[in-house]
Amino acid sequence: MSAASISNTGATRARKIDLRVIGPLVALAVLILIGVLLNPNFLSYANVTNVLARSAFIGIIAIGMTFVITAGGLDLSVGSMAAFVAGLMIMVMNLLSASMGDSIGVILLGIALALGAGLAAGFINGIMITRAGIEAFILTLGTMGIYRSLITWLADGGTLSLGTGLSEMYRPVYYGGIFGISWPIIVFAALAIIGEIVMRHTAFGRHCAAIGSNEKVARYSSVHVQRVKLATYVLLGLLVGVAVVMYVPRLGSASATTGLLWELEAIAAVIIGGTLLKGGFGRVWGTVVGVLILSLIGNLLNLTDFVSPYLNGAIQGVVIILAVVLQRNTGPAR
Amino acid sequence: MTDAILELKGVTKSFGPIEILHGVNFALRPGEVHALIGENGAGKSTTMKILAGYLSQTGGEVILDGKPIQFTGSDEAEDLGIIMIHQEFNLAEHLSVDQNVFLGRELKRGWLLDHRSMRDRTAELLSRLESRADPGTRVSQISVPDKQMVEIAKALSRKARVLIMDEPTAVLTERETEVLFRQVERLRAEGVAILYTSHKLGEVKHIADRVTVLRDGIMVRSDLIADVTEDDMATAMVGRELSDLYPPKVARGAEPILEVANVSVPGVVEDASLTLHRGEVLGIGGLVGSGRTELAEAIAGLRPRNGSVRLKGQELAPDHVSQAMAAGLTYLTEDRKGAGLLLEKSLRENLTLPLLENFGRPLIDRKREEAALDKAIADFAIRVPSRDMAVGDLSGGNQQKLLLAKTLLSNPDVVIIDEPTRGIDIGTKQQIYNLIAQLAAEGRSIIVISSEMPELIGLASRVVVMHAGRIQGELSGEAVTEHGIVRLAMGMEHLDKEHAA
Repeated sequence: MSAASISNTGATRARKIDLRVIGPLVALAVLILIGVLLNPNFLSYANVTNVLARSAFIGIIAIGMTFVITAGGLDLSVGSMAAFVAGLMIMVMNLLSASMGDSIGVILLGIALALGAGLAAGFINGIMITRAGIEAFILTLGTMGIYRSLITWLADGGTLSLGTGLSEMYRPVYYGGIFGISWPIIVFAALAIIGEIVMRHTAFGRHCAAIGSNEKVARYSSVHVQRVKLATYVLLGLLVGVAVVMYVPRLGSASATTGLLWELEAIAAVIIGGTLLKGGFGRVWGTVVGVLILSLIGNLLNLTDFVSPYLNGAIQGVVIILAVVLQRNTGPAR
Repeated sequence: MTDAILELKGVTKSFGPIEILHGVNFALRPGEVHALIGENGAGKSTTMKILAGYLSQTGGEVILDGKPIQFTGSDEAEDLGIIMIHQEFNLAEHLSVDQNVFLGRELKRGWLLDHRSMRDRTAELLSRLESRADPGTRVSQISVPDKQMVEIAKALSRKARVLIMDEPTAVLTERETEVLFRQVERLRAEGVAILYTSHKLGEVKHIADRVTVLRDGIMVRSDLIADVTEDDMATAMVGRELSDLYPPKVARGAEPILEVANVSVPGVVEDASLTLHRGEVLGIGGLVGSGRTELAEAIAGLRPRNGSVRLKGQELAPDHVSQAMAAGLTYLTEDRKGAGLLLEKSLRENLTLPLLENFGRPLIDRKREEAALDKAIADFAIRVPSRDMAVGDLSGGNQQKLLLAKTLLSNPDVVIIDEPTRGIDIGTKQQIYNLIAQLAAEGRSIIVISSEMPELIGLASRVVVMHAGRIQGELSGEAVTEHGIVRLAMGMEHLDKEHAA
């Protein structure tokens, strides 16, 4: 019985325009259009680089968050984690500079420490969720409180500041760049491109989507479910470390309010970008668009006196809700 | 003869373009136990769901008390006294037994729930069913037969005029079955119309007043039970020579390839040993819940276990699926939708999931994936309207073929196929049977687990039968008969009790 099944060879595949796919892009375009109409300076070099550089921290974290959410997880601790890692990094760098002086070596050690601490924090979250079987929401709610409390304690309720010499030496990592593009933007862009490729074209990305879609099917298909889930949290922790490395040279300080609500902004950006909150489908480019949408709203309100900037949160809230409403009735995820 | 309470007249049902019920006529009368029998996929569940308002018919009429009716849903049917007990339990696991029994119809005293009355009523119903389940326990804590009894208590607590039971005895022991039948007889005496399905023909003969046989969505015959024998029923159900459906069996090699020794899974499988030879098709029979699936999953590294599993002499570690797959052993799950396929993903993503590293590292080569899908579609005759569609939109048969293709992607030496043809049509069944024979002819070894006796008899040259977590016995060659399997599956190999026939 060899019933010849007809199969189109994939070359002639009708591409239908799907609002769910291009929705975030349309929203971004509309925002830019409104921005240009309201203020001619909106697209100026200074404004664009400012917006991009400031969205880089949330953006880098949101890339990692995309993987965690796609695999059916969640991490609420990233904002506090960033603050804690930043505080730790500043403290250790100040200590080191006492013995080693204000040198590049101290900065490199600080960077290594930030990346290592982020990685370790992500690992702790991941291992507790995968091995001890604690609900991701609950566990990261707990670690969120722990890190926030630790940074407050480290700073003794005040602010931890990097020594002036080190600060001067470290500044270019945020303010410098090549071809007029600052480092945070370059790092964000590079990580976004790598993230998109990993999500779409590697076994790891495919496994994340499979686990988020149906963990049991993934396990029965001999996917290392726990290992992949753990890896998403470790990756996110590492990216928090990267974000901190870019953030500390900006102000040269960390306090109890550093990174406040970053976790919610990152999650919001992921969802606006079209990744499913329940997992099973994620796209990094969407997350990047989501990050840009959120920061453009804030920027627009600052540039115009049309609506009070104090309403920033309200408008972002509306956008998030709209994004989720538009995502409903998701059929076969592409 | 009393008038029917609930009747189907020329009812048809289509899912998409495929008609699966072709004009069923059927009447349930008060004080009568009506058995509906047929092979899996014959349309029994669909018929019952139409009767109970879970599905609406495509054509024909549902008639209640002489008047045509179109149920808006199962709620309306329940309000009219038509209660269905599902094969898969509909219980809220986190609620207590009494909360479940009165779910949606809680007894109240003023604004507040009347906990004591509900608990007392539940205790009374359960004692009538001779169940020792405590009304205050959470449902998640009680055993499977007790859950069945809770479902029945729930139905009894309503004013049921028509009670529809989908294989209620599948998970019950003989003693529990007797208790259930006493309740059925009591309800019959009270004038309730009862519809009941079972694969156990002896039971049907024992309890039913009337029997209707469905085959491939067609009503084959409907008789008073006194007029038919168990053989008549079996013949009507199968309706064809078995040899037409099953390919000739292939002689197996002598070399053992898989040796399972003293495997236990706490609570479900005890001390199971078996040997599989090269090119052999070995059947595993037994009732649902006898530990067949759990044993298979333990062998395939999907569950923690004790004991040893050796494949081609190599010891496989427990709970290590990928090692088993790399060594050449794969398992096709009975739970196609829950554990087999990602329903919202495409065919391509499903097919290559177990073996992505073979499709390019670090980046997946889409072309190689597409080529693998082309080959699978051709080899397994998968009929798919569009390659990009979600797997959940495929028919059951095509899903099963895709799952087979996925399971065989790693080119295994040993394949364990759990319920190879659950819920698929007869044509696809035959394709799958041929495929299994072909795999054996290629020198692969296959274990087939099935609840369908003809399938075991038709495919396997040797059948191991499980009962209550243990391997009860083994049949081979001429001894592989329905009778022999049933006796072992019921755990009565020592008793020389003849079937009433």
